[in-house]
Amino acid sequence: MTEQTNVEQSSVNAIGLTRQDYKGAPTTLCPGCGHNSISNQIIAACYELNIVPEELVKFSGIGCSSKSPTYFLSRSYGFNGLHGRMPSIALGTLFADKTLFGIGVSGDGDTASIGLGQFKHLVRRNLPMVYIVENNGVYGLTKGQFSATAEIGLELKKQGRNPYLPVDICMEALVANASFVARSFAGDPKQVLELIKAAFMHNGIAVLDIISACVTFHNKEFHLHSYGYGKAHEQPLHDVSYIPARKEIVIDDFREGTIRGITLHDGSHILLKKLSDDYDPTNRWHALRMLEEAEEKQLLVTGLIYVNPEYPSMFDNYNLIDKPLNRLTENDLRPPRETIDAINEMMF
Amino acid sequence: MSQEAGVEIDIPLQKETKINDFTITFSTVNGSGSATANTTLLRTLFKMGIPVSGKNIFPSNIKGMPTWYTLRLSKEGFLSRVEQDDIVIAMNPSTILREIEYVVPGGVLLYADHISPPLTRQDIHVYPMPVKQLVKQSNTSAKIREYIGNMVYVGVLSWLLGIDLEKIKAALAFQFKDKASAIDLNFNMVETAYQWAVENLEKTDRYKVEPMNATEGYIMADGNTAAALGSIYGGVQFVGWYPITPATSLVETMNEYLPMLRQDPETGKNTYAVVQSEDELASIGMAIGAGWAGLRSLTSTSGPGLSLMAEYLGLAYYAEIPVVIWDVQRVGPSTGLPTRTAQGDLIFAKFVGHGDTQHIILIPGSVKECFEFGWQAFDIAERFQTPVIVLSDLDLGMNQWLSEPFEYPDRPMDRGKILWEDDLDKMLDKHGGKWGRYVDIDGDGVPYRTVPGNRHPKSPYFTRGTGHDEYANYSEEGEIWEKGLMRLEKKFNTSKNFIPGPVIDTMTGAKIGIIASGSADFAVIEARQEMKKESIPTDYMRIRSVPFSDEVERFVFDHERCYVVELNQSGQLKQLLTLEYPEKAVDLKKLAHIDGLPLTAKWVKESILSQEGEK
Repeated sequence: MTEQTNVEQSSVNAIGLTRQDYKGAPTTLCPGCGHNSISNQIIAACYELNIVPEELVKFSGIGCSSKSPTYFLSRSYGFNGLHGRMPSIALGTLFADKTLFGIGVSGDGDTASIGLGQFKHLVRRNLPMVYIVENNGVYGLTKGQFSATAEIGLELKKQGRNPYLPVDICMEALVANASFVARSFAGDPKQVLELIKAAFMHNGIAVLDIISACVTFHNKEFHLHSYGYGKAHEQPLHDVSYIPARKEIVIDDFREGTIRGITLHDGSHILLKKLSDDYDPTNRWHALRMLEEAEEKQLLVTGLIYVNPEYPSMFDNYNLIDKPLNRLTENDLRPPRETIDAINEMMF
Repeated sequence: MSQEAGVEIDIPLQKETKINDFTITFSTVNGSGSATANTTLLRTLFKMGIPVSGKNIFPSNIKGMPTWYTLRLSKEGFLSRVEQDDIVIAMNPSTILREIEYVVPGGVLLYADHISPPLTRQDIHVYPMPVKQLVKQSNTSAKIREYIGNMVYVGVLSWLLGIDLEKIKAALAFQFKDKASAIDLNFNMVETAYQWAVENLEKTDRYKVEPMNATEGYIMADGNTAAALGSIYGGVQFVGWYPITPATSLVETMNEYLPMLRQDPETGKNTYAVVQSEDELASIGMAIGAGWAGLRSLTSTSGPGLSLMAEYLGLAYYAEIPVVIWDVQRVGPSTGLPTRTAQGDLIFAKFVGHGDTQHIILIPGSVKECFEFGWQAFDIAERFQTPVIVLSDLDLGMNQWLSEPFEYPDRPMDRGKILWEDDLDKMLDKHGGKWGRYVDIDGDGVPYRTVPGNRHPKSPYFTRGTGHDEYANYSEEGEIWEKGLMRLEKKFNTSKNFIPGPVIDTMTGAKIGIIASGSADFAVIEARQEMKKESIPTDYMRIRSVPFSDEVERFVFDHERCYVVELNQSGQLKQLLTLEYPEKAVDLKKLAHIDGLPLTAKWVKESILSQEGEK
């Protein structure tokens, strides 16, 4: 192979699309916003997973984070719903065609404040979709108020000091019996990418809490959601790499002896490289304890915190016809004429 | 022993027997199982061919509070509530004083004899029923004694009115789906009580039932059941709902019939999904998500739930998403009277959502129309890509009504302007490769839509509640915003010709018009007949949808004055008509009233006559 053909091959993915096919409109978020970096990794993940853009639906609520679906995958359907109520829209939509990929992008206000109820109920129902929280601990669009994930003692210009303990989105997800919970940091693109890819392959709700620094309203060096703090205190649980089953290749930078394989629903694998020997991402109890301990030490633990690929997805509970519901026609939907007499007969 | 010793009797002279034209009110404690007994009697009378209606006046409570159930027998076929109790069955000691007062002179009080009521009335017929004693003799377990006790009044009443016990048995067989043990248990109690009455009571009153054939070809059903079935025949595919009185039974009934009617015959798999959500905020979100993605989607609720749905309904209006909302109205504001009926959500439903929002409203006036609007609502919602709010109410939704049978939809489904892959190709060919989600190609205000799952690379678009242009791009341009709203208004006006028009009934020589909607119909029908007898002919228009069609306008302008009859305090239908036809504002007369009970013909008639008298 010449160098020339190599370049050509790498410019399109297995379904013949270029990265350009996955791009969105130019971002209108602040320069340097962590959310933009996450958008780029969503683009990369979809490109690398060979997802057909028309077969993916984007959802969001209200807030800076929720604006970001405009900035990736222009060729996909998108629904920008109401504040905190993206989960219900996504649920209704995905029932129409369960072969579609769903990705929701939310923020800490959208998920941990107004949307906490819908978030936890979506998680509890295990609707198959990727649910990303771009978590910066602050309200950006309304110019700098505390969110529910802001740490206690945080000081903001017009708000004074935050007197309350934060909501931990991963812990909330775990307590609601999420089947996939991960945390990452927007400044670690490699990990964000691998987690998004793993999330797409999970047959259930995949919650990704991504700490994403707000460069404008909340970026003091010593605060939990700032870029500086994130970089210095990040403690990856393990490297995560997603390998599609159809390509039997092993990434050679995995350290031997510390690889853990988890089979996802569609037969694909994710390989986890543990940094700590006693951490088991399939054990919910360990996951909760790990988060609790990390919080005590004020550590940002990143990586795949919990996964259970066997937990039935929401669709499994509805005995749905194989054909997408929204492709059904009058023939499938209107009971035959002869049934009406029997029905009338039943009315007394 | 029809009267207690020592009480002087002074009953008005009533020679004439009253046949098939009176009311029976059952006063019981809720949770005591009286519904089975009452329904059995309702079914029996219906099967005897007698026009009958049943109304349940019940508390917002599970057990232990007073409940009333009134059966009205009307040989002329009137179904509205009447403000009189001919026969009262008193099973509840805590309300007996009130019941004694309510019985009409010459009426009947049947009471459970452990109550021992103070006999303050000398002008009524009083019969005791040894409920406890008869139940004890029946040797049933303590657990079911309370329930079976209600069968005692079924037996005694059968004796009193001359109801054929075989008909009672047939009604019980229907109720218990031919389960022999339950039928026997209940029927034995009925027979025992009947026999006791034969041996111990002497009939002194004038009430009787006689078989007729006025119910042949009719069915008995409640509006929520009709709405559920209509929705199923309309092809409902997704339901997001949250329980609330009085709407709960709508989706519960769907759950009962969907497995029977909507499973794929080959695979046994469902062509629908019903999701009980965490609250109404989520119900409407789910339903809108499904409607956006091309499913025939529905939620059902009542006033408080509709309040919670306001914000998403505004989004669905602006983003143009089809969804059907059934609001089975109860009394508001606030939690209000949760188990009482009203027509008080009309104004709210019309405008629900902040900013310039207006919705298509359908108002069924009968059980049969609940079925029809059940399937039509989806056609209208998809045709106009907008929420359709169907306003039923507790009286129509939860009570049993005599009705013509449900009719199979008389036209194919209208899926509206939806583009799948091939359709979009043709559209692109025709329009130079361009398609815009919000472009008004046909000039009727209704754009073309694609839905997620369409694999055409040019089909996807971004839906948002924020400002957008014809191509669904984000926009804050004032001109674009205004243009968008004007198209929405145009679309709204186009819908006038597609939604159910008014039902108009005229009388020769009528000078005044009556306008009503929904279940107010029953009282108006009867009031008009009463007024006709007194030589006051009236014309009548029952409005079935908003926006108002040209026919509505003609009726309003063709009449010197119109009385707008409705079950709310502020005269909401009258307000909407006034907004639409300000020139006729002074000629539209408010006839509104709300006490939580269905309107009566008497009130309608007297209110009209009183206002006419002031002229």
